[in-house]
Amino acid sequence: MSTAVESSRPGGRTKPATMAQALQRALRDALAEDPAVHVMGEDVGALGGVFRITDGLAKEFGEDRVTDTPLAEAGILGTAVGMAMYGLRPVVEMQFDAFAYPAFEQLISHVAKMRNRTKGAMSLPLTIRVPYGGGIGGVEHHSDSSEAYYIATPGLHVVAPATVEDAYGLLRAAIASDDPVIFLEPKRLYWSKDSWNPEAPTSVEPIGRAVVRRRGRSATLLTYGPSVPVCMEAAEAAQAEGWDLEVVDLRSLVPFDDETVCASVRRTGRAVVVHESSGFGGPGGEIAARVTERCFHHLEAPVLRVAGFDIPYPPPMLERHHLPGVDRILDAVARLQWESDGGMN
Amino acid sequence: MSTRTGRSTPVMEQRGVHRPTPPPAWKPRTDPAPLLPDPEPYRVLGTSAVAEADSALLLKLYGELVRGRRYNAQATALTKQGRLAVYPSTTGQEAAEVAAALVLEDRDWLFPSYRDTLAAVARGLDPVQALGLLRGDWHTGYDPYEHRIAPLSTPLATQLPHAVGLAHAARLKGDDVVALAMVGDGGTSEGDFHEALNFAAVWKAPVVFLVQNNGFAISVPLAKQTAAPSLAHKAVGYGMPGRLVDGNDAAAVHEVLSEAVRRARAGQGPTLVEAVTYRMDAHTNADDATRYRSDAEVEAWRAHDPIALMERELTGRGLLDEERIQAVRDDAEEFAAALRAGMNADPVLDPMDLFTHVYAEQTSQLRDQAEQLRAELAAEQEQER
Repeated sequence: MSTAVESSRPGGRTKPATMAQALQRALRDALAEDPAVHVMGEDVGALGGVFRITDGLAKEFGEDRVTDTPLAEAGILGTAVGMAMYGLRPVVEMQFDAFAYPAFEQLISHVAKMRNRTKGAMSLPLTIRVPYGGGIGGVEHHSDSSEAYYIATPGLHVVAPATVEDAYGLLRAAIASDDPVIFLEPKRLYWSKDSWNPEAPTSVEPIGRAVVRRRGRSATLLTYGPSVPVCMEAAEAAQAEGWDLEVVDLRSLVPFDDETVCASVRRTGRAVVVHESSGFGGPGGEIAARVTERCFHHLEAPVLRVAGFDIPYPPPMLERHHLPGVDRILDAVARLQWESDGGMN
Repeated sequence: MSTRTGRSTPVMEQRGVHRPTPPPAWKPRTDPAPLLPDPEPYRVLGTSAVAEADSALLLKLYGELVRGRRYNAQATALTKQGRLAVYPSTTGQEAAEVAAALVLEDRDWLFPSYRDTLAAVARGLDPVQALGLLRGDWHTGYDPYEHRIAPLSTPLATQLPHAVGLAHAARLKGDDVVALAMVGDGGTSEGDFHEALNFAAVWKAPVVFLVQNNGFAISVPLAKQTAAPSLAHKAVGYGMPGRLVDGNDAAAVHEVLSEAVRRARAGQGPTLVEAVTYRMDAHTNADDATRYRSDAEVEAWRAHDPIALMERELTGRGLLDEERIQAVRDDAEEFAAALRAGMNADPVLDPMDLFTHVYAEQTSQLRDQAEQLRAELAAEQEQER
């Protein structure tokens, strides 16, 4: 399994592109390549979605392929299940994280279980795109980090891109998957830019591989989605304190890449898990437990977590206190039982 | 207000009186009158309409009703012998169950609820496979694609949007496929019922919704479920026709469902059919119906039994005598004996199946857990030696 530091590929003409553009390109390429692919959701047609991810697709592929549905998330997902039963490959957009909750019965009782219920006879190649997370100044019900609900449900894949390139590659992989994939789109990274070559988009990598975003020797930050850039920033800032931090972008919570994660933690001997989702019952607890079970003899300190507080998501004027930031991450790193203050281990 | 002269004059000052702009013209989006159900459930048997009914069809329905009744009795008996974990009976509801199966073509799809194993069996599914869920050896005991029968759905009404999506997909692909989805009176209170009907009507999907109003959702009577004039009336709010039919009159249910299927096939969209019937048995073998309904009520419905109604008509036509009735019963006995034999054979279980069908490709986490179980099973075998 590759644990190489991600590098820009040689040869392509790269230019600044946003994650939103990469996601739209992924949808367009999938629609163009496979007539079974259908995009459906609230406002995905003429409007192009409230985040404009589906901009222009209804015009290009017609309303039968890119469909404005009635405003009912259980109905959207439930009908998508029926479409998938008949051989289509629906890509559902849930408008916001918290608006996906009405669809939970369909998700948990049918989407996640159909392959299992039917002993493999009926699979559901469904992608459920969920704009998620905070930091955009959204009023209540627009900023939830809902991944803990999804990863607690066997039968779902759960992925979250953090870069423009991964947004394209992971979405293509999700749509190509024969299993249902919860595709968490970090809302506040929609307009983040990376250099990316839209003429020759990344080949589709299989879902379930983490990637080392930054090599380091002192400790590993384990993170995903919107917290990846925050951890990269923290790693830069940590240099001044004498810490050389490694950053692992998990990319996929289910399946979980124990191999890449453990290889990193065994190298560094220390780990902090960082995510926006609440700490109690959040993914960080599972990740810390997995790392401890597998890397105990390599650990110099308990695995720590920097997560959102165990509170309902705050109003926008208070959200900065909730979201894990650089200082909170560095505070956690400082508590990793260093033998001498600030020493490089 | 801007004019060509560039002068801005408020409306009120122009004419001296305030004349508000009228709202844009409004009209109803559909004429509700043709969507309304008849005031009484439609009946064929025992009415003048029966003259039109085809004898071969009535005989076919009769055979299915008798076999269906026997199936219900046999499945209930199997719960007492420990061969079924639970059985929700459709005794008294056989007419709607078998008619739902018979109105569909092979290429069509049936979306049953957990109570509708009889409809699945009448469509041709092996009863042992139909009862897999209730025996407990696997959740769905059959391949849904073989007879185009969706998995029996236990969460109420959740399979209705699947029927809509499948029918919609078939239409997008240009296939002539109709989906028939079954739900009970209790299920009509669920949000998924509402959303499925709404999507179906908006998309004009080729779907038929069959509500069997059997009077009870476990113990709760219809009066506590809805204040609607009838369940069929709910169709009007979605812009589709609602049809009310005597659910114990197999000829009537067959005719109404056939017409709904024909409409769907012709691209005229979905129909909601309410079959008024009665659950003669308790909710399941684990339920006690005497706690919430009177014997008198049950007896009143027993007098309106679907098999007796059909026998009366067929006997009147000279198509049924003691000998023929016995032949139909013998056939049902044979069916029950085969079911007993099938259910008395212990199912072959492979615990490793628990991990095989979670994902298309097993995750490393599941591979580890499968190894753990394999080791536990090996240790168990070792101990038994």
